[in-house]
Amino acid sequence: MSHDAYEAVIGLEVHTHLLTRSKLFCGCSTEFGRGPNENVCPVCMGMPGVLPVLNRHAVELAVRTGIAANCEIAPRSIFDRKSYFYPDLPKNYQISQYETPICKGGYIELPGDGAARRVRLVRIHIEEDAGKNIHEANSSLVDFNRSGVPLVEIVSEPDIRSAEEAGAYLRELRDILRYIGASDGRMEEGSFRCDVNVSVRKKGASEYGVKTEIKNLNSFRFVEKAIEHEVARQIEVLESGGKVAQETHLWDPDREETRPMRSKEFANDYRYFPEPDLPPLVVPPEMIDAIRSSMPELPAARRARYARDYGLSAYEVGVLTAEKDTADYFEAVLPGLKNARTAANWVMTEVLRVSNESGKPIAQAAPPASEVRALLKMVEDQQISLNAAKTAFAAMCKSGKSADATVAELGLAQVSDEGAIAAACDKVIAAEAGKVAEYRGGRDKLFGFFVGQVMKAMGGKANPKVINEILKKKLAG
Amino acid sequence: MASSSELNRLTIAEASDRLRRREISAVELTRACLDRIAAVDSRLNAFITVTEKEALEQARAADHRLSSGQAPALCGIPLGIKDIYCTSGVRTTCASKILETFVPPFDATTIAKLRAEGAVFVGKTNMDEFAMGSSTENSAFGPTMNPHDLTRVAGGSSGGSAAAVAADECLASLGTDTGGSIREPASFCGVVGIKPTYSRVSRYGVIAYASSLDQVGPFAKTVRDAAILLRALAGADPRDSTCSARPVPDYERALTAEVKGLRIGVPREYFVEGMQPEVESSVRAALKQYESMGAKTVEISLPHSSYAIACYYIVATAEASANLARYDGVRYGLRAAAEDNIELNEKTREQGFGAEVKRRIMLGTFALSAGYYDAYYLKAMKVRTLIRRDFEQAFQKCDVIVTPVAPTTAFRLGEKMSDPLTMYLSDIFTISVNLAGLPGLAMPCGYDGNNLPIGMQIIGPQFSEDAILRAGDAFERSGAVTLRRPAL
Repeated sequence: MSHDAYEAVIGLEVHTHLLTRSKLFCGCSTEFGRGPNENVCPVCMGMPGVLPVLNRHAVELAVRTGIAANCEIAPRSIFDRKSYFYPDLPKNYQISQYETPICKGGYIELPGDGAARRVRLVRIHIEEDAGKNIHEANSSLVDFNRSGVPLVEIVSEPDIRSAEEAGAYLRELRDILRYIGASDGRMEEGSFRCDVNVSVRKKGASEYGVKTEIKNLNSFRFVEKAIEHEVARQIEVLESGGKVAQETHLWDPDREETRPMRSKEFANDYRYFPEPDLPPLVVPPEMIDAIRSSMPELPAARRARYARDYGLSAYEVGVLTAEKDTADYFEAVLPGLKNARTAANWVMTEVLRVSNESGKPIAQAAPPASEVRALLKMVEDQQISLNAAKTAFAAMCKSGKSADATVAELGLAQVSDEGAIAAACDKVIAAEAGKVAEYRGGRDKLFGFFVGQVMKAMGGKANPKVINEILKKKLAG
Repeated sequence: MASSSELNRLTIAEASDRLRRREISAVELTRACLDRIAAVDSRLNAFITVTEKEALEQARAADHRLSSGQAPALCGIPLGIKDIYCTSGVRTTCASKILETFVPPFDATTIAKLRAEGAVFVGKTNMDEFAMGSSTENSAFGPTMNPHDLTRVAGGSSGGSAAAVAADECLASLGTDTGGSIREPASFCGVVGIKPTYSRVSRYGVIAYASSLDQVGPFAKTVRDAAILLRALAGADPRDSTCSARPVPDYERALTAEVKGLRIGVPREYFVEGMQPEVESSVRAALKQYESMGAKTVEISLPHSSYAIACYYIVATAEASANLARYDGVRYGLRAAAEDNIELNEKTREQGFGAEVKRRIMLGTFALSAGYYDAYYLKAMKVRTLIRRDFEQAFQKCDVIVTPVAPTTAFRLGEKMSDPLTMYLSDIFTISVNLAGLPGLAMPCGYDGNNLPIGMQIIGPQFSEDAILRAGDAFERSGAVTLRRPAL
């Protein structure tokens, strides 16, 4: 039986840092990249006698996430202790939410042509992150800077059917989190992490197969690779008459394969029970309403609007909305322009190019949107050519000067003065009498030659449209 | 008037008065306590650490404030601190080998409050390891002896704090009470102790045993002193989310000695078969005294009392199993030599914890384990609700409840160590109060044939500390009991 006879059943658990300034239960900074154990205090070091105090902002961001993901927000939720021994977990229990999470249900709609695909969510809950173990030759060290950094865990239903779909889900989720300002979604810094549950079954089967969990996935590419590898592995096991064992695998990015963890590394009975040091978390309806009314437009709604209002293709919409910054910039360029596509093309090519080349965000790499708008307006009004606009844009990125000043400084303004163009046309016609005769004799193709000559005479700055009109009349004689 | 060698016998109210009038200095007062510790503590073992140098520095600073004329109530008052409170720069052991060398970099909120008042800390007092016990015999630093009879226990877990006050080693002290750990030793040592309403006093920086039951409270020589100290301790704390923001009344002003019309509930379940007859007769005599002062006694019932100990040993040990998980040798305290992190954990905890602590961690771990949670922890939480309701119903018929603190007076050292269950029964009258989160006052109400103090417990509804202190103070002032200083 071929691999095509099977389908994968995939559920994802995403852990993402919330963009708060301080940690979930103490006042320590959440800043990434500080020296080891600089962002610590007795609370996040699990000293004897310390108590947690919940960060209000983290709760707001979790509610925001829940609203963005169409969840039901629990008016009252409970924190629980999840017990396991690990050196990077200072209290040897993690404060998390178990039976009563802050958000229940919900779904994420995947982008794409055709019918929208929904991946349903089980829940979203708040929890604290652990520190980080650093292993050296003969010892291990622990950095507790990350200990107590607020996380939400977003758990999907097993609604995903392929590695590609898992990637699409993760990207969409990351985009949403960035749009609402809940997370920076940086997988490489560990602020957005993913565990994958995978099983396979015969197509058409209604029961799920035995699943394995894959941990340690810190890039979208690894998630996709790990799923592909694990799906293939499970099918091979089943095809050779074996049984898939319910176990936890670690992704080895160097060998690009998964390997089972030692049972001691994950065999845990977490002994959850309600955290007695924190009262129940009450989210009043007014808070939910206030957050709901301050929600920005989400990626899906923006995509729909761009396609509908600006007639952009799915590809163009995708490029423009992938980052909130890009879309915001695009929309700031738009006002007053006749054609949205002019702005879209410009942002997708020129603006993203300078951003990518410099490795800086758009706000730093490109001129202010209002200046780009001024430049594009000149193109629309035929004051400058498209090529001249590109020259001006490159100069503006470096100098920081306005569009007006740059165009003037570089002498890029087009000449539309009919008198000057007519005079130039007359000169060319006089100088090229032979070609004029040929043209008038029926060689239409020579028209382009005359336009070129006039443009040359005008130093390349004449408005080609005006040249066309005047030349046509004069040559017609 | 006490001579300078007897300054340590003063109450807070008396000493504060004389300090304020500059008749005595805080340094003299502190010196008297330190001298007393030097003279008797080798026999009592009430202190794990005596902080002579720091105490004298604090006393000098207090004298400075006192001479400026603007000093708070506790300025210059020498106190003993149970070794469960984190004290910045002073080692805090919790009477455990695992924290033998632990020096906290921060103060518990209550310690910070007392420091701001100018109080003097003479030392850290002995206790049952991690507050687990009823006799202070479970201490890695040896047991504390009862000042009234050195062959007997001081009670526990705050035995050192109770004995230190009874023996005049300090004017008052701090304890903690999870199932009776202030009230039972107060009873055994013949001093006053109050466990406030759960959430009345911040728990921040007090090493956790059972978080939903632990509460901080004072030991003192008089009810008035307990009121003065409690007022300084109580109140909201931004570092403790479970701490109440309710305003703190002036407890001392509540001490009007007026008990006319007070309805005193007497629970029929608390005068049980097998309790020491002198304990019962002494508490009954106290009730008669109240009646003679115009109070009324009413019989009440707390029908779920018999489940309290079972319920407590599920809830408390479950919470403890998580609270004590942090002692792993990674960040502070004892670290055993080991090859890897799992061995580090196992060996550190095996070497660092005493038998009773291990027993309770195992009990709690079991109660929370997959497949047992519903039968044990969840059931216990339901029982806890029933016990709380018992009290709510009882308080419809009465204002306060009076019971014995413990079924017996202080027992002999070693007597119950081999039988944990009998030991657990020492707290049979106090544990329900923790489960219900209520305030309870313990104070002497008589002596048995061996000259050992008998304790009476006054329980009130939530946040009725003023009412139970008033009732206790009225009894104390009635002169029905003449207090006996231990002959040391």
